[in-house]
Amino acid sequence: MLGKLSWDVIPFDQPLPMIASAVVALTILGVLAWVFLAGHFPYLWREWITSVDHKRIGVMYTLLALLMLLRGFSDAVMMRSQQALAFQAPGYLPPDHFNQVFSAHGTIMIFFGAMPFVIGLMNLVVPLQLGVRDVAFPTLNSVSLWLTATGALLVNISLVIGEFARTGWLPYPPLSETAYSPGVGVDYYLWAVQIAGVGTLLTGINFVTTILKMRAPGMSYLRMSMFCWTSLAASLLIVAAFPILTATLAMLTLDRYFGFHFFTNEAGGNMLMFVNLIWAWGHPEVYILVLPAFGIFSEVISTFSSKPLFGYRSMVAATLFICIVSFMVWLHHFFTMGAGADVNAAFGIATSIIAVGTGVKIYNWMFTMYGGRIRFATPMLWSLGFMVTFVIGGMTGVLLAVPPADFLLHNSLFLVAHFHNVIIGGVLFGAFAGYTYWFPKAFGFRLHEGWGKLAFWLTLIGFYATFVPLYAVGLLGMTRRMQHFDVPAWYPWVLVAGAGMIITTAGVVAQIIQLVVSIRQRAALRDSTGDPWDGRSLEWATPSPPPVFNFAALPHVEGEEPYWSIKQRAREQNRLRDEPEYEPIEMPRNSPTGFICAFFATVMGFALIWHIWWMVALGALGAFATFVVFAWRDKPEYVISAAEVARIDRANRSARREALATYTGPRP
Amino acid sequence: MTAMDVRERDPYRIHGGHGHALGGPAPIRIVVGYGFWIFLLSDIVMFSAFFAAYAVLAGKTAGGPSGAELFNLRNVAIETAALLLSSFTCGLAGLAVTARRSSWFYVAMTVTFVLGASFILLELREFVHMVASGAGPTRSAFLSAFFTLVGCHGLHVTAGLLWLLTMMAQIFAKGFRDDILRRFMCFSLFWHALDIIWVALFTVVYLLGASR
Amino acid sequence: MLLRAIVRNCAAIRVGRIGATMLLAALLAGCQGGVLDPQGPVGAAQRTILLNSVAIMLAIVIPTILATLGFAWWFRETNTRARYLPEWAYSGRIELVVWSIPILVILFLSGIIWIGSHDLDPMKPLDSQQKPLEVQVVSLDWKWLFIYPEQNVASINQLVVPAGRPVHFSLTSASVMNAFFVPQLGGMIYTMNGMTTQLHLQADQPGEFYGRSAHFSGDGFPGMQFVLHAVAADAFDAFVNSARSRGQALDKASYHELARQSIDVPPSTYRSVEPDLFHEIATQGVPPAPGPQADRPEPGVSPKTGG
Repeated sequence: MLGKLSWDVIPFDQPLPMIASAVVALTILGVLAWVFLAGHFPYLWREWITSVDHKRIGVMYTLLALLMLLRGFSDAVMMRSQQALAFQAPGYLPPDHFNQVFSAHGTIMIFFGAMPFVIGLMNLVVPLQLGVRDVAFPTLNSVSLWLTATGALLVNISLVIGEFARTGWLPYPPLSETAYSPGVGVDYYLWAVQIAGVGTLLTGINFVTTILKMRAPGMSYLRMSMFCWTSLAASLLIVAAFPILTATLAMLTLDRYFGFHFFTNEAGGNMLMFVNLIWAWGHPEVYILVLPAFGIFSEVISTFSSKPLFGYRSMVAATLFICIVSFMVWLHHFFTMGAGADVNAAFGIATSIIAVGTGVKIYNWMFTMYGGRIRFATPMLWSLGFMVTFVIGGMTGVLLAVPPADFLLHNSLFLVAHFHNVIIGGVLFGAFAGYTYWFPKAFGFRLHEGWGKLAFWLTLIGFYATFVPLYAVGLLGMTRRMQHFDVPAWYPWVLVAGAGMIITTAGVVAQIIQLVVSIRQRAALRDSTGDPWDGRSLEWATPSPPPVFNFAALPHVEGEEPYWSIKQRAREQNRLRDEPEYEPIEMPRNSPTGFICAFFATVMGFALIWHIWWMVALGALGAFATFVVFAWRDKPEYVISAAEVARIDRANRSARREALATYTGPRP
Repeated sequence: MTAMDVRERDPYRIHGGHGHALGGPAPIRIVVGYGFWIFLLSDIVMFSAFFAAYAVLAGKTAGGPSGAELFNLRNVAIETAALLLSSFTCGLAGLAVTARRSSWFYVAMTVTFVLGASFILLELREFVHMVASGAGPTRSAFLSAFFTLVGCHGLHVTAGLLWLLTMMAQIFAKGFRDDILRRFMCFSLFWHALDIIWVALFTVVYLLGASR
Repeated sequence: MLLRAIVRNCAAIRVGRIGATMLLAALLAGCQGGVLDPQGPVGAAQRTILLNSVAIMLAIVIPTILATLGFAWWFRETNTRARYLPEWAYSGRIELVVWSIPILVILFLSGIIWIGSHDLDPMKPLDSQQKPLEVQVVSLDWKWLFIYPEQNVASINQLVVPAGRPVHFSLTSASVMNAFFVPQLGGMIYTMNGMTTQLHLQADQPGEFYGRSAHFSGDGFPGMQFVLHAVAADAFDAFVNSARSRGQALDKASYHELARQSIDVPPSTYRSVEPDLFHEIATQGVPPAPGPQADRPEPGVSPKTGG
């Protein structure tokens, strides 16, 4: 009846996961109880859960990302502390637990931390920057969000019910085959990532269509903001790469569930094929994450330097260059496979060629600052921290692309330090820059600067304190994923890295305090005009938070940096543009389709993991029924009256008029 | 105020407008069609991963039967004919939609369904026969790849059949409404794409496999 | 080859290399035994390439970082002496430079990659007067099996080789993937079931070098380590003789026993090895080793089957 599920699968004998999950469960129950008792549920359901508004979906994505970053971070703390305690000693995490921790850490950070963060910011900002009212497929967007949340939920359920994968964030066969991993851990991984991957694929399709087909009048390709360009590149990569992930995971699933022989040792299976396929997705994935971050830095550096982005066209070219070359380098993840000199050399060269694109970007950011008037607000600090850190990470990356050097460094902690160097220093710093930069747009008040700066410095120092020792210990030959180790020379470095984690933790705490303090002081941090940073792209032309329809009348774009030119004209003439003729606006209705569909996906995923076949059928049926019901509705849209549009827009115009009146002009 | 009125008065609504880029967001029909094309492209990428796996594993029979011993080209030829013909009738259904002739639409869709279903039945029969003769997907890596590639296409056709029925029910219940027409456009794109994939599959798996 | 000559002779690189060496040496002050302290020709050559590459890149990375920080500081809002160029966003000359700097560096580096990959191809035999010692390596769950086919002995989790003589490794895996890695000798390589990889290494001087699996392979992974003893030629013969005189014979039955999962296995030797055992494992004539077995739990292994 319940497949492989029974009471035995809950690890009552292991205090750590039990306490952790009890705390999490109590917190969730507490929040739920508060929501219901205080009567917030109808509001949440109406305004958030069923929302198809790209801004709200973006906020929910980001919230999911922040929660999952915390979860992934606590895994990281456990790993570093375990290793600090495990010199010629067993430490406090037994191997089977430690191996779950590092697998969960990687999986969560990439799929449920970094991806939702980046996609959340894309959701919040791209339609605003394009000057339109929503993405191409708003309900589909909600489906994407909730499918991603489903994946995250499944990973976290594995904490209590059963176990997570013990095979690393990419489950290389044959270790991940049933013969060597008979438990449900790999199945949790497969279904969580598969379901979330479908959500991501739909996001990719949605954003490619949005950016290519839905832009404000006059917004030609070469007038789009840099963030839109990098989002387009990332979305194209999603469309081209995620189906490969889907297929690869499907093959491993068939191996595990039905005894197929794609990657097994037996019957002609080929594990190398898995490694090739997974990295054919995996390397583009790196750029799916980092390209939007590049876009964020472009926006932030230009805004806080009070200058247009230097070499805009060259940046576009570099972005597309990276986008294409990222598909030609996957083999550098396994130079040590013995592929032969020609193959290794070709992929090594292709890999280092990518650095040309990133190098150009770095120089263009540098010259964007040249001649600027730089304000060191928190987003700008993250961007500067990124530029320095990413250059170092890029250098170690190119080093690893040199096959003979890779023969010494592959699979070592040097490699681990390298990819954290680029993912933390690139993606995460970018996401935090975007988070502080666009927070006022989403909520109408800025984040506290003091705590933000403290969080930045602690995170930066903590990062270096943690990962420079890992570079060093990697050069000493320490390999990754070791539950304990016996080599005395490694011990001091592992200890220093552990200490670095304490600083990073302080940074995380500062970031949480920043959010709390900002919410409490929101009145003082209020952004009344909708343009708190003296921004240059169209999102700053809207009120903060923007109304559901974004723009009372779609802007007519006449050049690069559309909002900057509007603002400059207003400043020169000392008056706002004439009020547009307000007209009723038609917007898509909210829909529970995404949430309900994800509910059935959760049921189905869980049932598949535990081989509860009737429940699988039930889930599939439910999902299909949900779509049919959605397809049957008669009124997909509703109308906002011209008077309401006028009321909202006039309120914002009066705030902007005041700001214009007090504007003293740039310092001569 | 009805949605129709708004559509005429606000040319830059999210779902509307005329053309795109310089003229603002593209009309919704273009957006939907475009998005669905992108989806189909991603689906083709997924199939190409399965094709790649098949190409790698095609020779790995692990002592089991090879394609030449298993494939019955006559059966496959009938399957192919059924599927290609169903694409034609699906096209006829499209013409019926354009002409707003519901009876012809139902006839064409029914024929499409029958042809698609017979394709699936023939494929299933082939699968059952192979499994019964000890050439199931667990026999060898080659057969794993074969069943997955062909089965994935079969699953797509099955999903297409389900969609086809839903489509007929929608036209029956809602008539030739704009949103239903857009959905039908997506359906026919999907159905034709399955044909294209089948042509590749027929060539790579069956024709090359039988001659191997 | 011209490029090779440039790489060897370019004075700037040499200076840079000294700088890089000093930087890394400072980083690793007092620590030995890593990949920067090679004890054989392969490791030494790979380290040279590593340091050369770092030096080439540092030559632009350091100025870039300094310029970034410098620009950011000089053009700060409160600096009244800095010129404000609110419209300046394009310069063809600068664009040319920012594209050509990375392109030139990468071109240069590509030469190193191409030459290095071919010179240090793990399949390529080493230049030596001596005939290489043949060693067959099998990664098992979770220990290393080293077979000396010419001597007809085998050892577990310890590897004894003559110093100054090349060693030709043929590697495979009995079960899951692993990577054979002796940091001080260089040249990591994967081991995979059903496949054989090749590697050539050499230890110049007698010594003890740490080796381990570099690719995660399951619960016993941390214990998949061994010591490589490079010894004088006569000591190697003594090792072979002593191995021959005691311990078990490695035949199908004892291999079957060995292939079961076990953790932290102490070093040991086998007095003889069934002929072609390695070949049989590599071509799956011997079936792949089993994974966790619920009916026979090994010490420290918990095969959770999930109920």
